[in-house]
Amino acid sequence: MALDHQTVREIAELAHLELDDSEIDQHADELSRILGFIEQMNQVDTTGVEPLAHPHDGRLRLRDDQVTESDQRASFQRIAPATEAGLYLVPRVIE
Amino acid sequence: MHTKSLTELSIDLIQQKLSSTELTQHFLERIDLHRQLNAFITVDAERALDQARAADRRLGRGTPAPLTGIPIAHKDIFCTEGMLTSCGSRILSNFVSPYNATMIEKLRQQDTVILGKTNMDEFAMGSSNETSYYGPVANPWDESRVPGGSSGGSAAAVSAGLAPAATGTDTGGSIRQPASFCGVTGFKPSYGRVSRYGMVAFASSLDQAGPLTRSAQDAALLLQATAGFDPRDSTSVDRETPDYTATLTADISGLKIGLPKQYFGQGLDGQVELVVREALAHYEALGARLMDVDLPNSALCVPCYYVLAPSEASSNLSRFDGVRYGYRTQQYDDLTQMYAKTRAEGFGAEVKRRIMIGTYALSAGYYDAYYLKAQKLRRLIADDFRRAFEQCDVIMGPTTPTTAFTLGEKTDDPIAMYLNDIYTISANLAGLPAISIPAGLSGDGMPVGLHIIGRYFDEPQILNFAHRLQMGTDWHRRSPPGYTS
Amino acid sequence: MTTWEPVIGLEVHVQLLTRSKIFSGAATRFGSAPNTQACAVDIALPGVLPVMNSEAARMAVKFGLAVAARINQTSIFARKNYFYPDLPKGYQISQYELPIVGGGHLTISTNGNDKRIGITRAHLEEDAGKSLHEDYHGMTGIDLNRAGTPLLEIVSEPDMRSPQEAIAYLKKLHTLVRYLEICDGNMQEGSFRCDANVSIRPLGQTELGTRTELKNINSFRFIERAIQYEIERQIEILEDGGQIIQETRLYDPDRNETRSMRSKEEAHDYRYFPDPDLPPMILHDDFIDSVRNSLPELPDAKKQRFIEQYGLNDEDAVQLTATKELADYFETATSATQGSAKTVANWIAGELSGYLNKENKDITESPVGAGQLATLIDRIHDRTISGKIAKEIFESMWNGEGDTDTIIEKKGLKQITDAGAIEKIIDEVLAKSEKQQEQYKSGQTKVFGYFVGQVMKATKGKANPQQVNEILKRKLDA
Repeated sequence: MALDHQTVREIAELAHLELDDSEIDQHADELSRILGFIEQMNQVDTTGVEPLAHPHDGRLRLRDDQVTESDQRASFQRIAPATEAGLYLVPRVIE
Repeated sequence: MHTKSLTELSIDLIQQKLSSTELTQHFLERIDLHRQLNAFITVDAERALDQARAADRRLGRGTPAPLTGIPIAHKDIFCTEGMLTSCGSRILSNFVSPYNATMIEKLRQQDTVILGKTNMDEFAMGSSNETSYYGPVANPWDESRVPGGSSGGSAAAVSAGLAPAATGTDTGGSIRQPASFCGVTGFKPSYGRVSRYGMVAFASSLDQAGPLTRSAQDAALLLQATAGFDPRDSTSVDRETPDYTATLTADISGLKIGLPKQYFGQGLDGQVELVVREALAHYEALGARLMDVDLPNSALCVPCYYVLAPSEASSNLSRFDGVRYGYRTQQYDDLTQMYAKTRAEGFGAEVKRRIMIGTYALSAGYYDAYYLKAQKLRRLIADDFRRAFEQCDVIMGPTTPTTAFTLGEKTDDPIAMYLNDIYTISANLAGLPAISIPAGLSGDGMPVGLHIIGRYFDEPQILNFAHRLQMGTDWHRRSPPGYTS
Repeated sequence: MTTWEPVIGLEVHVQLLTRSKIFSGAATRFGSAPNTQACAVDIALPGVLPVMNSEAARMAVKFGLAVAARINQTSIFARKNYFYPDLPKGYQISQYELPIVGGGHLTISTNGNDKRIGITRAHLEEDAGKSLHEDYHGMTGIDLNRAGTPLLEIVSEPDMRSPQEAIAYLKKLHTLVRYLEICDGNMQEGSFRCDANVSIRPLGQTELGTRTELKNINSFRFIERAIQYEIERQIEILEDGGQIIQETRLYDPDRNETRSMRSKEEAHDYRYFPDPDLPPMILHDDFIDSVRNSLPELPDAKKQRFIEQYGLNDEDAVQLTATKELADYFETATSATQGSAKTVANWIAGELSGYLNKENKDITESPVGAGQLATLIDRIHDRTISGKIAKEIFESMWNGEGDTDTIIEKKGLKQITDAGAIEKIIDEVLAKSEKQQEQYKSGQTKVFGYFVGQVMKATKGKANPQQVNEILKRKLDA
């Protein structure tokens, strides 16, 4: 499947990756080739096959409702790009 | 000192013929001597020596654990408290982890020494170590060639004797393929056997950590120390860890080795096949039986993988947004631009490519055709193995179709690069344990790996087979020319 | 002219009352200092993994059973992918294709008519953090304490046809989740949040009109107003020949209007897929049975029992079962007193509610306990005090002056029931009021109240009113 410039731009927007026009063209070309390769999957009829999401057919383990974590804000925020008054700072969010 | 096995080193340490400090110092010197390999991203000598001295005190008290005092190199994908954990990416190039991965924690409890953090393909996405933000790693056997990837730094370090053992992770072959290229033993256990907590996620349903070592016996020791249930990982399996060293020398006569015809077909280098056939003959001589098995969907493993792994990755990598940790772009006008520039500048080309594939495969209107289709194929691939293992005890073949290729050879052709993992990916899709062990050298003097896949949680059987070959051959003892002393 | 029919469906986010978060061991307490309850998992450090809280599953099942819903023994956690600074992983763990709770229903009652409102599903998910828009040098602050708090999102069918029905449904749901002790119901703190899907169509038309979604409205009053405003807005647009745009709108209580949230309108494609970190949640029969056995008496059943067991009317029964705590208060008081259930109900609806409302207190914060109220009613019943004095005593108890008997003792409020003593006082009153006696005898019987007043004044209200009446009547009519 060949991807056009506009579709690739939309994917990049969904993925929050800034790409310029030439990068988009390059991605369109590469992704089209990779998708063509991937579409070999269609050689196999998978009608009625149950999708496999997890390698083992295990069930989710449920933990007890206990507070096990303590405040580590200082240690976590030491590596943050921007904080103030214990908050992570980001460019203004307009609602 | 650097060619000794973990067993030998730990005996020396326990008998105090050797101190952990001396041992650590020795490897630190070798790392420095061979820094042109670029195998390490971070080496903190002071910290390593501190840990070595603590290990020596424990050895002195006579209360060591099996691996106390052994220096180990860790793939830079494992979160390591107080150390840079970059995952080979610019976006984590300033990330000093505030916590330890369970893998690191378990080894620290034994007082092993963190020798350093090894180079890797960015976010483990690559088969050549060329996607690392920190530059490529050279293969010690031939520095013009790649060491494989993504655990390329770990494989090169063990191969060159810069570390007695290393950790790695394997999502589609990232332990086994570099082990094969560098002539070391690389073991990917069953999915769920080793905790994923603290291992930076690439593709959560495929990722599994494991050892890169000089022998199967060493792999057994390192796996012993790191395997087991972890309540912090919901996909970790709650079952007892067997004694992996107990059955290493067990008799294999009468056991059946399945050879999938799909692993010996088109694309396989003749020299590689020759080496693998020789190893198979060795097993026959030990009384094992060779038989043909069929894995009809093998050819589709790579396409299937290149839907599932990028899809999961596209989501796993969304947390790298420049808000709470890691790299943030300098110039931005608003939030959307901050995200998009941070990620565009922070991620390299291959990572972006995979995020794009994954985002597309999961997007509205394409989910069924790509993601769901791939998950159904994954079921068929797992079923192929289930049927094959009704007939045989282990499956063998080459780890890779060729020996290590040259740096830059495949960087412009992603699909050619992806096809390098054609034999290894299926074990990840099915969640099965698999090992690569050195089986000989190709005509060009490069190592060839033998790939052994086993049943779910049948790590002992795989280690038994691997060790039996290593008892009768010395391929695993070969060091690259120039690294013998 | 077209008659328009509103069609309303509600999505309610209920914060579950677990101690720890849904996928981490951090505390869920409200109001802590920013980011002090956001652990490694909550802030999505590289490498961390989610582990599911059993209590959140138990609470979801509890709700499902209470609304007669199907419990899906296999449910799947999925990732909903989108970027927002209060969503640290870049995806929210939620349930998509297979939620824990399937179809159920609630019965509401408006203007005396019962109506069944369908519940499409209820699914578990994690809450996001909070964006604080106060100015931090022109930036927004992010607090992730709330991130990972368990939510049960309860989605109704579009079965409601008026804002009143929507409110009735919401109140019913609000009562229910508190009965089940799965949510504290605090709307101000965001423990119980509502989004409304509103559309209109010509009455009689079967297909639905284009809907708008009203987001996060935090009081019953505002929800009713927001829906009402939105219905009127849509009618006006359609009657002017315009078209409704499917969009998210925010209610502004200050201006009483809804406005479009254009910033959130960028094409969303959530790319749901099963979370590879969490295998399917499979609940066995014994787990579900144990939850079923722990279910409390539900509001409707309790109301019915109150009518039958205590002979209350429907209105009283509805009021007294509005919260479990109030119902418990009523039952404790009733079982402890000689007085009738109706008397207890009247005291609760009258004095107690009055004081609670005045001081904006909850029944659990009442200074007058159920036992104290029971004693107070007993003293009326055994004629120690009159009803009027009882109200005084109630006030004293409210103000913490002790219990009924202490106050009666301390203030000398014991009722005079000695007929001789009352007669003596009456005689004294009559002796001083010949003029009024004449008026009475000439047929102006309303002066009777004057005599009663005088007697009560003379006894400081302590004379038994019934006896006063009887004796007075006997003497005057003689």
